[in-house]
This record gives sequence, structure tokens and C-alpha cells, in this order.
Amino acid sequence: MDLDFEAPLLEVEERINELEKLGKGSDIKFRSEITELKRKAKSISKKIYKNLTPWQTVQVARHKDRPLINNYIKNICSNFIELHGDRCYGDDQGIIGGFATIGNRQVMLIGHQKGNSVEENLKCNFGMANPEGYRKALRLMRLAERYKLPIVSLIDTPGAYPGLEAEERGQAEAIARNLAEMSQIATPIIIVITGEGGSGGAIGIGVGDAIIMLENAVYSVISPEGCASILWRDGAKAPLAAENLKITSDELLKLKVIDEIIPEPAGGAHRERDETMIAVKQTLVKYIDRLKRTSTSKLVNKRYEKFAALGRFGKKKR
Amino acid sequence: MAWFKKSQKSESKEKSELWNICPSCKAHVYKEEWIAGLKVCPKCNYHDRLNYQERLDLILDNGTFKEINSEISTNDPINFVDAKGSYAEKAKAAKKKTGMNEAVVTGCGNINDIPVVVAVMDFRFMGGSLGSGTGEKILLAAEYALRNKRPYIIFSASGGARMHEGIISLMQMAKTCAAIARLNKAGVPYISVLTHPTTGGVSASFATIGDINISEPGALIGFAGRRVIEETIKQKLPKDFQTAEYLLEHGFLDKIVARKDMKEFFTQFLPYAMKTPKRRR
Ligand SMILES: [Zn+2]
Repeated sequence: MDLDFEAPLLEVEERINELEKLGKGSDIKFRSEITELKRKAKSISKKIYKNLTPWQTVQVARHKDRPLINNYIKNICSNFIELHGDRCYGDDQGIIGGFATIGNRQVMLIGHQKGNSVEENLKCNFGMANPEGYRKALRLMRLAERYKLPIVSLIDTPGAYPGLEAEERGQAEAIARNLAEMSQIATPIIIVITGEGGSGGAIGIGVGDAIIMLENAVYSVISPEGCASILWRDGAKAPLAAENLKITSDELLKLKVIDEIIPEPAGGAHRERDETMIAVKQTLVKYIDRLKRTSTSKLVNKRYEKFAALGRFGKKKR
Repeated sequence: MAWFKKSQKSESKEKSELWNICPSCKAHVYKEEWIAGLKVCPKCNYHDRLNYQERLDLILDNGTFKEINSEISTNDPINFVDAKGSYAEKAKAAKKKTGMNEAVVTGCGNINDIPVVVAVMDFRFMGGSLGSGTGEKILLAAEYALRNKRPYIIFSASGGARMHEGIISLMQMAKTCAAIARLNKAGVPYISVLTHPTTGGVSASFATIGDINISEPGALIGFAGRRVIEETIKQKLPKDFQTAEYLLEHGFLDKIVARKDMKEFFTQFLPYAMKTPKRRR
């Protein structure tokens, strides 16, 4: 999946690849041209990525090469022990989780899993979890509370799965239960929206003390396509819906829905994967250390007030 | 076919002066009978939507309702505009149509002398959608119930989160659930009554996590819309899918209570939920 607005950049990158292939074996040949092209690529990508439209940002957030939870597990975690099952029905792979160590800090890591290949995509339903995924996440979070481990939740989903069995098994109740329970769990919870923050499926594991977002991630009450088809009666109006819904990180920071933006390298997280994951790791370590200093009872009270304040625009005294 | 449908429509318009047509079985019922029957169809038991006033009249002792936070109104945090115009205009029209400031009315009152706090959603106000004002009122009423140690009852009727307030609407799901979690922790009863329809972000927040969840016959309750599910799984859904009866069968409701029995149900139930039910004389 190429992004059409990246065309000028892809052209230069292709030329670099060609020259590198041609120049294989000889150190000097093409070197200056390659250096020059790389500089050019950087300036083009900076220019493109500085001016992304919200709809383009959606495309970047959904890019298949963007780091996914299994990449984060492999690259910034050690000693990961995956835990399976909700103890009621089954093991959903749309949300995975387990013990992880991030920069010497032990945590409970949970998050949506989209999968890196078609086979994986199908296994985890493209990150669209079923109720048992949300219930597994809650089981793991309660365990984290008991073991006094901070919780890290990575969000990247188009939404909770809209299926017949999902409804039968209580998709709505599973998400609602998590929202209520997460507001009271007595251990730090750090949320990072790494890609797509799709509606109820996202917030179902998205209540926490710090809400952080990668620069080109999006977070929305409804997908731009869904909104366009309902309010414009035309799915093709998705770019306009994306703009009007205010779903980009800079807008969400202004609305105080998120606390911090993790900048992405020029060219996006899908181009500079390692650099992006290291930036996420550093931010996580910072928040883990910071939140550990607050007593859990204070933490839970602050969490409540944080969410209670969202959408409170008057100065009504309670 | 088009002209046929059209002529049928104009005919029903004339009749609508005297008759009410059941939205479900299309039976013609005298309006007086329809109202006297609490908007429940005598032929098919369809429970038609009630507005907030009708719901309050049905459940609370006459004259006991005291509204709180009535001044809280809609907000337009993202200055939203869609194909039909601005959200600000749309909200204004909803207010004019309903005489409400938001899609929910909250307050306190008595059910056969037992003091309770209630929140009643009204579908007429933008489909009962959950916006910031709605969420704020539901949270403040929960806090009121907590302070006064009174049972909290929410009557839901909603199509879900209000898209027009963007991400702020999504946050209301977490916000209202956090308020319910505090009631749970303090042992203050919270009862959810899911009325027709309760879907989307409202079903995925406070509506499905009552100490007990009850509903009315035939109410539509579900997370995803029927059309979205059918498009996703590429098959037709059973007719009773996402009805109250279906949810009862699958374990997500405690009881389906007919409208005429609702007040009596609470009168019987509430004493179980309160160690010392305060009786007001
Ligand atoms: Zn009928």
C-alpha cells in the first residue's frame, strides 16, 4: 500500500535503491549522488509530513509498515510472557497482553494486535477485538494491580468487532465493564495510541493516568468513513469528515484528551520504525517513573477528575 | 408502486387525528386508548418511546420530582459542521423542539416514598445521543446519589455517542462509567433500565453495567448497528437479534418488565438494595 501523497518521496527513494544496487562492491561510485539524494529525500519527507491533511494522517496511522504491538514487544521489551484467555470463553488475539520489561521496569503490557501478514491479520481480526479480548485485558489489569505493576496499553484498532457472536457475548458490556474498572484500578495506567484509535474499541482499553499519542496516530468517536456515510450519506466524504471530527494528535492535545504527543521521525513511523519505537520507549519510561511516585489512592482520584473534567465547559461548582 | 405508497401515506395522515398507528404491527389504535395504555400497543405489546416527562410521571410519585442541573446544555467543542449545516444550529433546533437543554433530564424524587435519583434520556433530543452535556449531567447525578446515599436509576434511550462533539463524546463513555464505579465502590445501588433503543456508545457504557439491568419488552439493545454487522459478516441476522428478549436469553439482562409494572417492580426491588430504606412520610 503506497500513499499517493508520498509519490515524490517514493520516486527519490527508488532512485537511491537503484544506485545502491548498481554501486554494490565499489565504495566510491555514486556515493556523492546517493548522499545528495538522501538529503533531498529528507527535505521532501519533511515538507510532506509537515503539511499532512487529517485524511492523509489517517492513511499514515493505518499504514501496514507502522510498528505494531508485536514489533514493540520485540524491540523495546524484554522477557515478555504472553498470557492467554479470559477464563470465560476463549483467547482473543485482537487484544494481547502479558508481563514485559521495558528499560528495566516491569509492567503489564496490553494492546491491540493487527498482525504483520495476511495470515496474522486474519488470526487477530485486524485488531478488532471480540468481548473476550476486552475481558482478557481486564483480567490482566487486575493481575497487574495485585502484583503492583504499572499497566501499559497500546491502542491500535479500527474498532471493536461488529459481529453476531460479539453481540451475543456482550461486546457492549465488555467495553463498559472495562471503562468502569479501569477508572478504579489501583496501579498506574499509561495509554499510548500508536496507530488507529477507533471509537469504543479503543477506549475499551484506553482509560488511564497518562494518555499519549504518536504524532500521526488518530483517535476518533467514529471512523471518518462511518461518519461520512451517516452525516453526509456519502462514504466518499470521509476526508471532509476526518477534518471536521478533529482526530489528529495536535487537535486532541488542544482538547486536553491527551497529555503528550510523541513526535515521529520525518517520513512517518512506517519509514523510521526503530527510531519511533525508541521514542515510545523513552516516553513510557518517563511516565512509569513519574506515576510510580504518586500514591495509588491519589492516582485513582486524579484519574477520576481527569475524565470528569473532559467535556466540562462551564465552571459549575460541584 | 410509488404512487400507491404515496396515497397510503396521505390516507394515514388524515386518520392520524384520531388514530395512532402502531409503529410495529401497524394496527390502528384510538389515540386515547394508546395514551391510556402508556403507549403500549394493545395488539402486539410494542412499547413505544416515551418522552422524559411521560417516563417521570410513570415512575415517580406525583409532584416529588426535583430537577437538578437543568441549566447544563450542549457544547460545541470541535465547531462541527456536516452536510446539513452546523451542530450549533442542530442543537438549537433540538432544544426548541423538545424544550430540553440536553438529551437527559436528571433529578431526585420518590418511588412509593422511597427517595431515588433518576436520569431519564429522551430520544427526541438528537436521538438521545451522548454528548458532553449529557455525560456531565449523568455524572453529576451519580455524584448527587453518592453524597445522599440514594439509589441511582438511569433510563437509557439513545443511538450512542454524539458524533457532532467528536472525541469529547467518546470520553463521556469513560466519564459516566467512572461515576458508576464510584457508586459501586460506596455500595450505592445503581439500576440501569435500557429502553428502546439503547445502542452504540451508551450500551457500551453506563447502560449495561447496572447492579441489575432491566428492560422493556421488545426494546432494541446492541453495540453495533444491524446493517454494519450484516455487511461485516455477510449474512442476514435473526429477526429477534438485539431485542431485550435476546439479551435476556444471552445473560445481559436480569429482567424484562412491562411498562405498567415498572413502578411496582422498583417498589419491590429497592428495599433489597438498601440496608435501611428511608421512607418519607
Ligand atoms: Zn402493535
